[in-house]
Amino acid sequence: MTSHFPQSSLTRSPYSPRTLLNTVMTVLAFFCGVLALVPLLAVLSYVLFKGFSSLSLDVFTQLPPAPFRQGGGFGNAILGTLLMVGIGALISIPTGVLTAIYLTEFSSGKIARWVRFATNVLSGVPSIIAGVFAYGIVVLTLVNLKLGSYSALGGGFALAILMLPTIVRTTDEALQLVSQDLRQASVGLGATKLQTVTQVVLPAALPAIVTGSTLAIARASGETAPLLFTALFSSFWPNGLLKPTASLAVLVYNFAISPFKNWQSLAWAASLILVLMVLITSIIARWATRQKA
Amino acid sequence: MAINASTMNGTQVVLRTEDLNIYYGNFLAVQNIWLDIPKNQVTAFIGPSGCGKSTLLRCYNRLNDLIETFRAEGKVFFGDHNLYAPHIDPVEVRRRIGMVFQRPYPFPKSIKENIAFGVRINGYKGNMDELVERSLRQAALWDEVKDKLNQSGLSLSGGQQQRLCIARAIAVQPEVILMDEPCSALDPISTLRVEEMIHELKEQYTIVIVTHNMQQAARVADKTAFFNVKTSEKGGRTGYLVEYAPTELIFNNPQQEDTKAYISGRFG
Repeated sequence: MTSHFPQSSLTRSPYSPRTLLNTVMTVLAFFCGVLALVPLLAVLSYVLFKGFSSLSLDVFTQLPPAPFRQGGGFGNAILGTLLMVGIGALISIPTGVLTAIYLTEFSSGKIARWVRFATNVLSGVPSIIAGVFAYGIVVLTLVNLKLGSYSALGGGFALAILMLPTIVRTTDEALQLVSQDLRQASVGLGATKLQTVTQVVLPAALPAIVTGSTLAIARASGETAPLLFTALFSSFWPNGLLKPTASLAVLVYNFAISPFKNWQSLAWAASLILVLMVLITSIIARWATRQKA
Repeated sequence: MAINASTMNGTQVVLRTEDLNIYYGNFLAVQNIWLDIPKNQVTAFIGPSGCGKSTLLRCYNRLNDLIETFRAEGKVFFGDHNLYAPHIDPVEVRRRIGMVFQRPYPFPKSIKENIAFGVRINGYKGNMDELVERSLRQAALWDEVKDKLNQSGLSLSGGQQQRLCIARAIAVQPEVILMDEPCSALDPISTLRVEEMIHELKEQYTIVIVTHNMQQAARVADKTAFFNVKTSEKGGRTGYLVEYAPTELIFNNPQQEDTKAYISGRFG
């Protein structure tokens, strides 16, 4: 039988179009990869470079100084950020995880489709809108009840709205990845739906849920716009949940646009602390879930 | 009523289906099944792919309830109870009729917890360590895992995982154990161990096993049911029971042409 294929040799030719294309594309992909890393490294190194010099222990323990006065810190903003992200997490993680459990485990197709769609829309809502919403719901209510106005509660609520879609989506995806066979194995042993979800499905999906929540926390701690309307800012230590509260993000915004040298350098230090906080949160979450798996 | 005559040639009947039809939506998956499963014996379901043997098996502990479009018509008796009667609690049914699946799926927990989980949700009050050991011994796994009970069940080999799944099924002391191709993902040595175990287990339990492997059916089963599948004019494939008899008869002297063709390897 004669072959209709061209004669081919087994040796690799370095100049054949296929090899050349391969080399070119590999190099191109490598450079794109490097290019994608540049912004991250540039931001990190610049923040580190500018912020490190103004870093001191006072930064954590002192209140913001008056203009032109050396020293001082922003302990109140660190505490305020932790407080408001904490409130946000406290609202959004239980709500988000329960929503996702409902979506994957208990809902029928139609409702789930709408909830998922709404979640996606919510995740696209600009953060400033979330701030206005929280202003309307929490801040104005507090004013009407004569309990307060701008507050940590309002800020935390605004952050919760921003965190919610991320948590719902990542938890939803994590639960869907849990094998159907695992659920059947549990149900086949005589477990109820509740026992299956809480004792088999959730533990299996926990690492992904923790990762998703960390992502949401990381994103929320850097948000500025929603806090401008809701928590405002304060030069004093947080004093209850119903008072205006400082946060790192708003402090960076306020101080960076100020004309005072000492405030500007504090803004750099605050940026560095903010980046480090996010970094540490994700490292802790990674570490905690690795122990589990 | 002939329904409650719970004996069949002197052996007790544990599970009995009467005119069972299984639907997925409007599609008839399994048709017109009349079948008695004898107590303390091994019954094998064989047949080509798509003949509904696994579907039927999952009817016995109402695992098909998890599939939204599933619907069963007819009766499945467990003792005197029709399992599909409205007052029956499917969770309770699954506690009495256990299941071992095709692929081993240990829970992402320790070996010990894999067994303790089912035991605990069934309200067991006795000594857990003792029960874990007894179940693992029955599943011929104890010697291999006794020093690492706190390691993850996922760290075991495939054959060990399947025996762990069997141990976890027998730990809750069901009356019937359903096995859905329990050896299809196992190597020959693990398969042999599982088969040996099945022989021992039938002293205490009634076992129904679905298998693609006819030698396996011949080795382990007392009775064998052969299912086949037919295609309707509309293209739907419906499974039905062809022949049900003691295993030697099915393999040495089948009464139906289809059975003869299948066991001699001419189709399926």
